[in-house]
Amino acid sequence: MSTVLKKTRSLEDTKLHYCPGCSHGIVHRLVCEVIDEMEMREQTVGIAPVGCSVFLDAYFDFDIIQAAHGRAPAVATGVKRALPENLVFTYQGDGDLASIGMSEMVHAAARGERITIIFINNTNYGMTGGQMAPTTLEQQVTTTTPAGRDTRLAGFPIQVPELLSSLPGAVYLSRVSAHNPKNINKAKKSIRKAFQAQMDGLGFSLVEILSTCPTNWRMNPVQSIQWLEENMMEIYPLGELKSVEGVS
Amino acid sequence: MSRVLMKGNDAIGAGAIAANCRYYYGYPITPQNEIGEYMSSEMPKAGGVFIQAESEVAAINMVYGTSATGARVMTSSSGPGISLKMEGISYIAAAELPCVIVNIMRGGPGLGNIAPSQSDYFQATKGGGHGDYRLIVLAPSSVQEIYDFTRQAFYLADKYRIPAIILGDGFLGQMMEVVELADSAKDDEYARIPEKPWAITGCKGREKNIVNTLLIEPDTLEKHNWKLKDKYQQIAENEKRADLYRVDDAEILVAAFGISARISKEAVDMARDEGIKVGLIRPITLWPFPDHVFKNLDSVKGILTVEMNTGQMIEDVRLSVEGKIPVEFYGRTGGNLPDSTAIFEEIKRMGGM
Repeated sequence: MSTVLKKTRSLEDTKLHYCPGCSHGIVHRLVCEVIDEMEMREQTVGIAPVGCSVFLDAYFDFDIIQAAHGRAPAVATGVKRALPENLVFTYQGDGDLASIGMSEMVHAAARGERITIIFINNTNYGMTGGQMAPTTLEQQVTTTTPAGRDTRLAGFPIQVPELLSSLPGAVYLSRVSAHNPKNINKAKKSIRKAFQAQMDGLGFSLVEILSTCPTNWRMNPVQSIQWLEENMMEIYPLGELKSVEGVS
Repeated sequence: MSRVLMKGNDAIGAGAIAANCRYYYGYPITPQNEIGEYMSSEMPKAGGVFIQAESEVAAINMVYGTSATGARVMTSSSGPGISLKMEGISYIAAAELPCVIVNIMRGGPGLGNIAPSQSDYFQATKGGGHGDYRLIVLAPSSVQEIYDFTRQAFYLADKYRIPAIILGDGFLGQMMEVVELADSAKDDEYARIPEKPWAITGCKGREKNIVNTLLIEPDTLEKHNWKLKDKYQQIAENEKRADLYRVDDAEILVAAFGISARISKEAVDMARDEGIKVGLIRPITLWPFPDHVFKNLDSVKGILTVEMNTGQMIEDVRLSVEGKIPVEFYGRTGGNLPDSTAIFEEIKRMGGM
C-alpha cells in the first residue's frame, strides 16, 4: 500500500484559532507543504505580523519571530542579512502590509532583499473586528465604512503587486486565491516559485492570496467564497504580475 | 595598543567594530551622521553589513531581526529619530534581545535644533517607549569613554539580554580627542560573543526557537513582567557606576553627567582654589542610577545638579538623597553650554560666598 497523503511536517498538530471558513488555515498548510517539499524546515525563519496570524509560532514548527505591526519586512531584512543561507519569509495581512507597513514593504522590495512576503488580502482588519483596510473594495461595508467605502472620503483600494512591479528589486510578484481547489493548487505553485526565487538569490518576492473572512463580512463560508469570486477578483485579477528571467 | 586622533562619532563606530558588532542599520540625522558614514566604509572591510534604512522605524526593526539571530548589532540616531525607534525598542526590551542604541542628543522638543543637548535623559532612563521596561544607559564624557563604553555596552547587552544605550551629545559626537584603541590580538572580554541558545537560526538539530512579545494571558504577561523586573534589579545591584572627584571632605557637591560633568569639573577646581570644599559626582550609568554614591553624605550641605536641559537628572538625585540634602539646579538648553564660570558662581552662592 502506498502513502498518498501524510501529515505536513512543518505544521504543528494543534487546533487553529481561526474562524470557520477563513483562508488562513489553508494558506498555513500551503506554506508548510512547500517548505517540506523544499526540505527547508530546519533552515526557515518566519516573521509573524500583528493581526489574525499573530500566533504563527503556535502553528509552524520552525523558528518564528513575531514583529511589530507592519515591520515584518524590516525584521526579515535584519534576519536575512545575518542568515543569508536561510529561507526567510513574512506572513502579513492587508492592514499590516499595505497600510502601516507600506514603507517597510516598498523599501525591502526596492533593496531587492532576498525575502518573500506571503500577503493575505481579505479586504479588512480581521483581528480588530472588521474595520476598513487599504484593500477594502469601493462601496464595501466595514465597521468604519458603515455606509460603504466612499472613495471620495476614504480613497481607493490598493493593488499591492501592481504597485511594486516597477521596482527592479522585486523579481516575482503574483496574485492567487485560496477559495477553491483549483486555485489553491495554483497558490501552492506560486508560493514555491517565490521561495525558490529567494533561495536562488534573485531578489524580493511576494505572493498575494485572496482570502475569505466570513465573520467580518457577515456571511457564511459559502457566501463568502461567492463574494470573493464576484467582487474581489475583478479589482484584484489573478496571475503572475511579474516574473523575471530565472524564476522557475 | 595604538593611539589615534579621532572624532567622537567615529569612535562609536570603531568601538562597535572592536566589540565584534558586524551589523549596523541607521538613518541620517544631525549631529550623528559620521557614525553611519564611518560604518558604510568600515563595516564592509570588517566583513559586516551596513544598511541605510528607509526610516528610523525600519532601522530599529532590522536591529530586532539581526539581534534575534544572535549577532551583535547597533543603530544610532539623535532625539527625533530615537523617538521613532521607541516602538521597536519596547519590543526588543520585551523580547529580551541584546543590542546597542546610540543617541547623540540634540536640542528638543520637536525638531528643536541640531545643537548639543542633554534633554533626552528622561526618555533614555525611564523606559521611553510603551510598557514597563528599562535599558542600560551609559553616559560618556570623552572620546576615549565613547570608544570604551561602546565596547562595554555590547558586553552588558549580551550579559543581561537587554538593549544598551550610549547617551552622548552633539559636542561629544563632534569633538576630536586622542583615543587608545583596544589591542585586537589580545583576549578581550568585550569582544567575546557568548553562546546564545535562544537565537533564531533555523531549527536544525533542535526544537524551534520563538521570539515573541505577545503574551495574551494576563498571568503569563504578569510573570514575564516580574521576570524582567528581577533582571533589572540584578543589573541595579551589579552595574551602577559613577566617577567621584574631590568628594572626600566636600560640603557642596556638583552632580552632572557627560559633557556637563567635564565643564563642572573645571568649576570645581576653580572653587577649590578659592578654598570652597566642593566635589563632583558624575553618574556614568544613568540607568541603573548610581544612587549609592549619594548616601551617607553627612558633611554635604547642598548639591548642585548641572544639566543641558531644564532639570531631568535632578529628579534622580533628589530621589537618591531622600530629602536629606537640598538639591539645586543650574542648566542651559537650546544648544548652549553651561559655562564653568557660571557654575563656579553657583557654587560660591551655595557656599555663602
